[in-house]
Amino acid sequence: MFDVSKIRDLFPILKRKVNGRDLVYFDNGASTQKLHSVIDTVSNYYKEENSNVHRGVHFLSGLATDKFEESRRVIRKFIGAKYDHEIIFTKGTTDSINLVANGFRSLLKKGDEIIISELEHHSNIVPWQMCCEYSGAVLKIIPLRDNGELEISKFESLLSKKTKLVALSHISNSLGTINPIKEFIEKSHKVGARVLIDGAQAASHVPLNMQDLDVDMYCFSAHKMYGPTGVGVLYGKEDILNEIPPYQGGGEMIKEVSFKKTTYACLPHKFEAGTPNIAGVIAFKSAIEFIADLGFNTITKHEEYLLEYATQEISKIGGVRIYGTSEKKSGIISFNIDGIHPYDIGVLLDKMGVAIRTGHHCTQPIMERFNIPGTARISLAIYNTKEEIDVCMASIRKVKQMLS
Amino acid sequence: MRTIKEIQEEILEDFDMFEDWMQKYEYLIDLGKELPSIDEKYKIEENLIKGCQSRVWLHAEENSGNIIFSADSDAIMTKGIVALLIRVLSGQSANDIAHADLDFINKIGLKEQLSATRANGLLSMIKQMKLYAIAIDK
Ligand SMILES: Cc1ncc(COP(=O)(O)O)c(C=O)c1O
Repeated sequence: MFDVSKIRDLFPILKRKVNGRDLVYFDNGASTQKLHSVIDTVSNYYKEENSNVHRGVHFLSGLATDKFEESRRVIRKFIGAKYDHEIIFTKGTTDSINLVANGFRSLLKKGDEIIISELEHHSNIVPWQMCCEYSGAVLKIIPLRDNGELEISKFESLLSKKTKLVALSHISNSLGTINPIKEFIEKSHKVGARVLIDGAQAASHVPLNMQDLDVDMYCFSAHKMYGPTGVGVLYGKEDILNEIPPYQGGGEMIKEVSFKKTTYACLPHKFEAGTPNIAGVIAFKSAIEFIADLGFNTITKHEEYLLEYATQEISKIGGVRIYGTSEKKSGIISFNIDGIHPYDIGVLLDKMGVAIRTGHHCTQPIMERFNIPGTARISLAIYNTKEEIDVCMASIRKVKQMLS
Repeated sequence: MRTIKEIQEEILEDFDMFEDWMQKYEYLIDLGKELPSIDEKYKIEENLIKGCQSRVWLHAEENSGNIIFSADSDAIMTKGIVALLIRVLSGQSANDIAHADLDFINKIGLKEQLSATRANGLLSMIKQMKLYAIAIDK
């Protein structure tokens, strides 16, 4: 039996008070809270294991390197990738996408096309705009329907031989839409396009299997998965990673350096220039193990229950409008209350100990699409409870009363 | 006309009456609602101070060395603080505004509303009010 109170015990911060109240943390889409085991691993690393990786011949360097590579193996298994060297450690999703977008410039020529969608996070828009500006490629946009789903038929009509890359998010951070990425991937491959999926909002909520999805590249961030900040992953199929030129030059990423010619190291080191966030990478493993041990059956069951309950309860509050009502939806509720600015909702809820996010959530095109300045957003995680939803709903009612 | 310092003290006294944050915020909401909206013709791009979330419009007019401010915001909490800033600064001399020490916001416990989150345009608004004053004072 799933016991949420046992899960909560694993996250020390959930015991703290905010503004004199028990913290209700509903801003998990921005970043989740951290596991005890993650915090301990970071601390223990610096106390017992600290050394640079892949370099020293001494005991500690060997230990740090083994642990670092162990994380790579665990992540490879967690996402069902074929080889360890297809897992590249980065700073996060944004960094992963920039790595690809930067390298892709040199693979594109004028008139080539990249397709993204209207619901992307700015991290999956701006790097492609920069890539297009540099290469002369053209950016095409899949439009959004009123319920927050993408227009698949429009996508099909955008696809052509000119399409070189399709970059889409798995789950929308603003609307909660779970995109049918497998379908998008299959259709893209038919015209020979590569596909990059921004999985920032997905990796801790839905099971992933890279080989089954047949996705070319997939990106995610540890800090949205109960793990440390400053660590992310770029998964890439071996062949595409070999094709993309290195992003940053420096230590670790070379085979041989001379002033005549420098040759690059093989995967994954080619993309891991400089000293990485070793403590973070090692601690990320603890977060992955927590998710894997719990299992996605349990996770999706609990999170779907919370989403359903919260949606039902918030709909009872008059004047609430929810943005994003797709059929397949993750634990994100974006809403507004008639006549009330989302900023005011956020400020007052905070005073009541409820942490939500307000604003455009780095997805301004969505806000433009719905012609709103922003939304208030509840985003759920495995440690949230029905009782917290009750507190949040009572607080929203109070806010509404104060503001109208 | 009372000085900037006197008006700030008056505001501190007002806020001293409140027993908890709820009363304080309700008062701010009332101030926001009572502040007349800025004339539509001033709600233009040049007068807009962009916060990341709520927006502030600020219009300034000079009247023989004094500056009359009018301002507006799309978020009511922001507008409440805007109303307080106008109460303190509007009608004062350019020189006094340029040198004003606006510590009342901290003292009434609204410091977080001026934090560096860029969520509202308040910090930029204060800066802009002072810039107007400095320009006129010259
Ligand atoms: C869908 C999506 N993509 C990308 C990002 C960027 O992730 P990070 O800030 O960890 O690089 C986020 C995080 O807000 C996100 O929600």
